[in-house]
Order: sequence, then C-alpha cells, then structure tokens
Amino acid sequence: MTPGIQASFTKRFAGGPVIRMENLCTGGNGVTVLFGPSGSGKTTVLRCLAGLEPPGAGTIQFDGEVWFDAGTKICVPVQKRNLGFVPQDYALFPHLTVAANIGYGLHGQSAVENTSRVGEIMRRLSLDGLETRRPCELSGGQQQRVALARAVIRRPRLLLLDEPLSALDSPTRQRLRGELHAQLAQLDLPTILVTHDRWEAAALGDQLVVLDQGNVIQTGPVADVFNHPANLAVAAIVGTETILLGHVSRVTDGLATVNVNGFEFIALAAGLPPGANEVHLCIRAEDVILVQPGGAPASARNRLSAMVRSLAPEGPMMRIELDGGFPLKALLTRQACDELALRAGASVMALIKAPHIHLIPR
Amino acid sequence: MTTTEWQIVAFTAGMAVFSTVLILVPGVALAWGLARFRWRGKALVETIVALPLVLPPVVTGLVLLKLFGRRGPVGHWLYSAFHLDIVFTWRAVALALAVMSFPLLVRTARSAIEEVNPALEQIARTLGAGEWRVFFTITLPLAKRGVLAGTLLAFARALGEFGATIMVAGNIPGVTTTLSTDIYQLVQLGEDNHAWTLAGISLALAFAALWISERLQRRSKT
Repeated sequence: MTPGIQASFTKRFAGGPVIRMENLCTGGNGVTVLFGPSGSGKTTVLRCLAGLEPPGAGTIQFDGEVWFDAGTKICVPVQKRNLGFVPQDYALFPHLTVAANIGYGLHGQSAVENTSRVGEIMRRLSLDGLETRRPCELSGGQQQRVALARAVIRRPRLLLLDEPLSALDSPTRQRLRGELHAQLAQLDLPTILVTHDRWEAAALGDQLVVLDQGNVIQTGPVADVFNHPANLAVAAIVGTETILLGHVSRVTDGLATVNVNGFEFIALAAGLPPGANEVHLCIRAEDVILVQPGGAPASARNRLSAMVRSLAPEGPMMRIELDGGFPLKALLTRQACDELALRAGASVMALIKAPHIHLIPR
Repeated sequence: MTTTEWQIVAFTAGMAVFSTVLILVPGVALAWGLARFRWRGKALVETIVALPLVLPPVVTGLVLLKLFGRRGPVGHWLYSAFHLDIVFTWRAVALALAVMSFPLLVRTARSAIEEVNPALEQIARTLGAGEWRVFFTITLPLAKRGVLAGTLLAFARALGEFGATIMVAGNIPGVTTTLSTDIYQLVQLGEDNHAWTLAGISLALAFAALWISERLQRRSKT
C-alpha cells in the first residue's frame, strides 16, 4: 500500500481550460502544498480530490484505496472519503452557532461525547467561550479556526485546505501563518494545502508541488524547490528568492542570530514568536550586494564569502548564483558585473543588511 | 354579520389552510428537485406546474372536472376503489385551491432554495451528511423565510380562488360555497350590502397574508 494520495486525472470545463494533474503523490503525514499562480487549477485539483467535482478521466487513490477510476466508473462519494475540507471562504453555516458548526460532522454519536469532543477541539484551537456565537460575530482569524476545527473533529484521514489564509487582511495573515503551522503540526494529519502565496507555502509546507495549468512541474521539499527550481517555468512561479532553513541561536536587542550551515546571519527579530527555533530565511536577490573579497568595512551586518557558480542575463540585469556553503542568489546590473569582473568560479563577498532578511518561523 | 356569512368565511379560510397544508410537502420537495437536481423531463414538469398561473382558471377547472368526475379517469378510479366523490363536494374545493396555488408555492420556494450557497451544502457533505440531512439541516433552514413566504402567498391565492372552484365544485350553499362564489351569487341577486361585507373580509385576509409574505421575502434577501 502506498500511503497518501496517488492521482493522475484530467478535468475539462465546458468551454474552459483542461486541468491536467499527473502523478500527484503526497506521501504520508505532513503538509503538501499545491503551489501555483492563480488560474493554475489548484482549487479544481483539490475539489476533485475531495470528490466535490468528478474528474473527466484518470484515477485517484488514497492509501491504496480507489476513490475515483474513470475506467471502472468508480467514484467514492464525498461522504465516504472521510476527509476534512476547509474552503477559501470557510463556508461556516451562518444559521448555526460556533459549537453547532464544529460539531456538525459528529452526527450519530452520543450527545455527551459530542459535547466533550467539541469542547476539547475548541480548547486546542483557542476558541473557548465562543460556543454560542454566530459565525458573523467572529473575526476572520476565529472563523478560520472554527472552519479548521469543524474539518478535523471527525479525525479525517486527509485534510484539504484551500488558500486557508487568503480571506484575511495582510497583517492578520502574517500573524496567523505561524499559528496555523503550529496547529497543523499538532494535528499531524496528512494535509494538502493550496496556495499562491510563496510565504504561506514556505511557512506551512513540508513538500511542495508546483502546478502550472494543472500540470505538476516540480515536486520536493519546500526549500529544495525554492532554491533549485527545475526549470525557468518553476523559477518564474516560485520567484527566485533564496530560502534557507536555519536555527535561531539567540535573540538580543531585537536582532536574531540565525545559524545556517555554520554561517551566522543577523536579522530583525520582529514578528518572530518567543522560543522560535527553526526558521526560514528569505532573501530577495536584488537585496544582495556583491563586493570584492576582503572589501572595506561596511554597515551591512551580514558579510559572506562566496563563490560565483553561474551568471545568467535577465534583461538589463544579471542573475548570479553563489555558493557560500548554501545557495544564494543575487541580481546585479550588467555594468556592476563587468566592474567586478564576475565570472563562474570567482570569489566575492556578499553583503546583506539585517532588515533585508525576512524570517518565517517554522 | 349573519351566521351564514361567518360559516362561509370559516369554510373558505379552512379550505385555504387545508389546501396549503396539502401542497406544502410536495411543493417544497418539487422546488428542491427543480433548484438542485438535473433530471429528465424537468423542463416539462416546470411548464406543467406553471400552467395554472397563465391558463384561464375556468379552463383549469374544466380539466379538473373532466379528470375527477365520476366518468373521468381519476374520478372513476377513486369512486370504484374508495367510494370517493370529488366533484361538487368540499374535496373539489380543496382540489381546485391546491392546484391553483401550487405554482406560487413552488416558484417562491424554488428561488429561496436557489439562493442558498451551494458551497455550504458541499461542506456538509464533506462532513459526512447525506442528501436528506443536508436538506433538513442546511438548505431548508437557510431557505425557510422564502418557503414560508411562498406558503403564505399560496394561502392568499387559495382564499380568492373563483374560476376553477366554480367549475369543479359549483356553488352549493353550505357545501361548496366560498367567499368568492358567494360574492358573485350575492351580486347576481342584487344583495350588494352583503357582497361588500364579504369583499371587505376577503380584502383583510388577503392583505394580511400578502403583507407578511412580502416582509418575509424582503428580510430573507438581506
């Protein structure tokens, strides 16, 4: 038995595009992020997996069990798939209280047990005291947690989340990213999450599946895919910023020291929850400054000796891949490249200001 | 008001309530079927259900008379199987009112059900709910104002029914006479004062039912 989802299918919309999903494999527990630009068919893929829409052709299996097979006309109804689904707008039942929303899936068991399970999940997701509220009386973040609680209370075999934070305003979204990651880690369910937000993908995902027009174009651990896009299409979709996995060694005076393969980065600790250990460091290529090795003292807190691995022209700019014990990307004007006489194999010093390193807690 | 007048008012209101109760379950079920499912013959059923809205009521009454008369296909069967007479009895009054008000209930309930966000029903399904549970716990509670408005509209229509009733039930005093048929009769006899009294009562009843129905529909849209 292969754990997780094994799917290959197509879905055609009348007069619309054809969504092609080939060889989607999700493995066991952990969060698989389906990542791609808007209109790449992510939501459709999720709805097909859930059984809310029948694919046109192909097969979907979960833990070795056939959920859909166009050839043998098998289509397990959504009720029998035992999954939790959190749609983009949460779709909370407006006429039911928070407790009734969360307990909806517990039909047919004893009332006492239902009440205790609802209470337990509400405590775990910090929703205590909201039992009798209506969805319209909740904040966006609370609605998101109610939707999650409702989806997981039946202990589903698979959790599907469609852009779980996109209905929220930007500051809330940033705050909830970390919370949601902790909640998903605590739930420890096989999870498939759809997003077009690269920070959300980096913060929440273990595995990344990059989609373009419904086609899987790359699969792998999040940092691998971000740092080593398989081709230009993937690079264009994920953006080419450097994302590194590091460990916070200390936080002093609002500055965090983060260790990546032995190199200590200094970054602003703002937004980092106390006690955060694992973090993703995100560095935009245009924020990396290159100078001659051993250059004069500079204000930039991060000074890293690196070797140029490759140069690729990009319009008036040059995209440079560096190796400093980990991959790092820089975007320079061609003029600057000429002045520094950069070529593959050359040694340089990379400077990055502390505020230009974006930390995403894991 | 005389005792006879009171009896007619009570009989008419009672028949309107009875016919509305009679069509409530099939009407809402059909509205659900039309709003949420695709099936063969749907367009035909839609048209047949809407017909009484546009046909002259007398024609609908004539069709019912021929179907339910003792020599008609349905009436013959009812008589031979159950010894039931329909035409020119109170049953014919209920039948005429039911048929004439059915389209109003179905159309109002259907649009109320269509306004319920299908995403909510889908989520209920992902939580293990079958179609019946989805209907009774999600669709119907969210559409209930519209369904209630349709019910009141059907009741108001039944109160004033004339054409079909007089064809299939006649105007037999104490047996099938309703407000409308009695008003017609009174005017024919030149008893305008009595006619006006009954007309006033009709107006009050219909006004109340429509007013509540409109308010319910408006609130269900906000």
